[in-house]
Amino acid sequence: MKTTKDRLKRIVENFYLVLIMIFLYAPIATLMVLSFSNSKSRTQWGGFTLRWYGEMFESSTIMAALQNTLIIAFASALIATVIGTAAAIAINSMKPLPKTVIMGITNIPMLNADIVTGISLMLAFIAFGISLGFETILIAHITFNIPYVILSVMPKLKQTNKSVYEAAMDLGAPPVQAFFKVVFPDILPGVLSGFLLAFTMSLDDFIITHFTKGAGINTLSTLIYSEVRRGIKPSMYALSTIIFVTVLILLIITNFAPHWKLPGICLTGLKNHRRQEYL
Amino acid sequence: MSKKLLSGPYLIWMVGFTVIPLILIVYYGLTDKNGVFTLANIISIASAEHSKALWLSLGLSFVSTLVCLLLAYPLAMILRKRNIGKGSFVVFIFILPMWMNFLLRTLAWQTLLERNGVINGLLSALHLPSQSLINTPGAIVLGMVYNFLPFMVLPIYNVLCKIDDNTINAAKDLGANFWQTLFLIWLPLSVPGIISGITMVFVPALTTFVISNLLGGSKILLIGNVIEQEFTKGSNWHLGSGLSLVLMVFILASMALIAKYDKNGEGTAF
Amino acid sequence: MSSLIDLVNVSKSFDGTLVLDDLNLSVKENTFVTLLGPSGCGKTTTLRIIGGFERADKGKVIFDGQDISSLPPNKRQLNTVFQKYALFTHMNIAENIAFGLKIKNKPKAYIQDKIQYALKLVNLDGYGNRSVDSLSGGQQQRIAIARAIVNEPRVLLLDEPLGALDLKLRQDMQYELIRLKNELGITFIYVTHDQEEALTMSDTIVVMNQGYIQQMGTPEQIYNEPENAFVADFIGESNILHGTMVRDELVEIFGARFACVDKGFGTNMPVDVVIRPEDIDLVSPDEGTLKGVCTHLIFKGVHYEMEVTTPDGFEWLVHSTDMCPVGKEVGIRVDPFDIQIMNKPASEDEEAVGLNE
Repeated sequence: MKTTKDRLKRIVENFYLVLIMIFLYAPIATLMVLSFSNSKSRTQWGGFTLRWYGEMFESSTIMAALQNTLIIAFASALIATVIGTAAAIAINSMKPLPKTVIMGITNIPMLNADIVTGISLMLAFIAFGISLGFETILIAHITFNIPYVILSVMPKLKQTNKSVYEAAMDLGAPPVQAFFKVVFPDILPGVLSGFLLAFTMSLDDFIITHFTKGAGINTLSTLIYSEVRRGIKPSMYALSTIIFVTVLILLIITNFAPHWKLPGICLTGLKNHRRQEYL
Repeated sequence: MSKKLLSGPYLIWMVGFTVIPLILIVYYGLTDKNGVFTLANIISIASAEHSKALWLSLGLSFVSTLVCLLLAYPLAMILRKRNIGKGSFVVFIFILPMWMNFLLRTLAWQTLLERNGVINGLLSALHLPSQSLINTPGAIVLGMVYNFLPFMVLPIYNVLCKIDDNTINAAKDLGANFWQTLFLIWLPLSVPGIISGITMVFVPALTTFVISNLLGGSKILLIGNVIEQEFTKGSNWHLGSGLSLVLMVFILASMALIAKYDKNGEGTAF
Repeated sequence: MSSLIDLVNVSKSFDGTLVLDDLNLSVKENTFVTLLGPSGCGKTTTLRIIGGFERADKGKVIFDGQDISSLPPNKRQLNTVFQKYALFTHMNIAENIAFGLKIKNKPKAYIQDKIQYALKLVNLDGYGNRSVDSLSGGQQQRIAIARAIVNEPRVLLLDEPLGALDLKLRQDMQYELIRLKNELGITFIYVTHDQEEALTMSDTIVVMNQGYIQQMGTPEQIYNEPENAFVADFIGESNILHGTMVRDELVEIFGARFACVDKGFGTNMPVDVVIRPEDIDLVSPDEGTLKGVCTHLIFKGVHYEMEVTTPDGFEWLVHSTDMCPVGKEVGIRVDPFDIQIMNKPASEDEEAVGLNE
């Protein structure tokens, strides 16, 4: 017995959702369309072509930037996961006061503006005498990635039952073994989600990379930014379309295949805590 | 205790790459080129050019935050209603756009907004006068809203999801109509999410230089652009640091707000 | 006494699953009615339809002669005490209690009086300025009740309000609720899965299962004269046996004939027989209608719980203050009025409703 008022309300709500969807996805659809357009103009449709997809693979600058982006994302996520997970375990067993202080420091890179984080790191690298390049980007990315890992692992650690660890030791397991046998499996989802979160943040970052990269090295973001004035090559659209579609397919598989539920949630849950740190 | 040693690498890392860098900004901001203490870098925010950029940034980010809040709250309420039993699908829809490089996504708005772009094309097809949309403060606000809307939606959505249906039912049961329930129950209970969302939108909007660059043309300078130029165009790092310190006042204020209203970390994006 | 609330042919399904099927229920003014059943039986849905939080797919809700089926909850003259209390955590106790009255724009002095009155009524005088979090579960429960009754509803709906409390507190609150109901003189509709709660407090019990009303009656009727095997099994402990009605007032169980008081089941008809464990007398083997051997013995405090196995293999549950050691042969005797005869379920569908332990 739905009244007309209920029906009307639902129609208005659906209309609103659709409007927001268009708002969110119109630019993405635009880029996808442009990646197939046989014209360098961003406003003119020049007929269908796959030319940009070919050029993309032939462009050594794009391929080098892609390689840098992926290596930095993977390496920074991995290192951040190791350091962050260890830190989370330590923080979890601390007394309230040091815990609060350390969590406060952890929150700084998350709440701080990226421009400030980027500038401060740049000043520090120069003060330490580290020349700007691949390594400085990597260090910067590890720095802003660690808090995401900690904040993903902490809730899982809080959920784990202390008696499980004690039971393992009671049954004769030495502490390290007890940890890896019974505690680690429990926090693994948090560790994985922290890794994926960190990977995503790194992949997406522009501002911090912008300030900490040296001349002659580019990630995809900085390459795009440097091309803005000259005009973006449509092969960039082609690459982004490929990345987007790949992620979309991965997400659909992981979200709808029950066995892969876990990383699926991780991927969609890419913003574990504060904001996405890219502007 | 061996467990505490595990935090060693992290502590060293954070001191080296978070605490010291921030101290360096303070040092640069408070000295001149000869390393002599000065407040000139900070006071320069009062100069006509800089204060104009700061006021414009504050204005545009305030409007963007407000627009995000007004768009996001009803959205989060609808999502909460629809999401029951459907897992993370709705969140997935809102996060997915972030996987397209954000510079390109923002650039795509150029295509949509340009004089002979898609939106004006639609307008002329409807026999409406074409609008100049690109390179206006409005375009910058649109870019900010577009990029940061999910950061307003998600914390509010998460807080709303934690509100028990029966709390809402209880209010209705006691005679409250829709608006009374909204203002007496929904809004007060979602304050942590709202505050979190506001800071998550306001801080990046206030400090952006990319969105203004891409959608505002070269005419509109925000405080982020001023700082960025001081560093990359190589002129004056001390001035750039000083202006960053001014920005940090607003960032610290945001952190304090979160600390006050979202003690338990309820208003997190996930 | 005419009825205050009538549910007429109410049906409701969620995602294609039928939760209530053509339900009819009538509640009289100033009674304590309990909807009792296992989880998923439709009792909470029934309550939510009365409260206005769900709308029935079919059928009507009549309140005091008026059809309120499509009235939203804020326009209904009844109030609800929710499972887990649903207090407003951003308000203090007094603000919680005042909520409904403020919405109705009652004068300040009136609201103040009402808060004091309600706090006294639930034995929490002086708690007005406390925060919700500072109260124990039982205290929060009382506040939830106070918040509802200050609005002077004609009907108070209670959705498993004692479910989250521990045993002792639950028993105290049962007496408290009976007292409140008598003092206020309003109708209580109470949902629970706890048969003891239902038997203690109710004027009328409505036993529900799988969207149907299985039986409606006073606690005595429900306990002593269950209408089907489900009710017998759900309320208290019982021995449910297959029997044959030889003729009026005589039933055959495992080849032995028992005198009973039931009539009208026909001759040589298969029936279900309910015998409560406390109604079985253990006597010497020669004096019993059936012989058996005691196979189990547990001391439960007020009585012994025993199992007596008869030659056909059935284990009879027996409660008695007299002990019978394991291995001893005994006779089973039951007084005629302690034997309850029920029709066998007519269809498989009804069978499913019945004996599932």
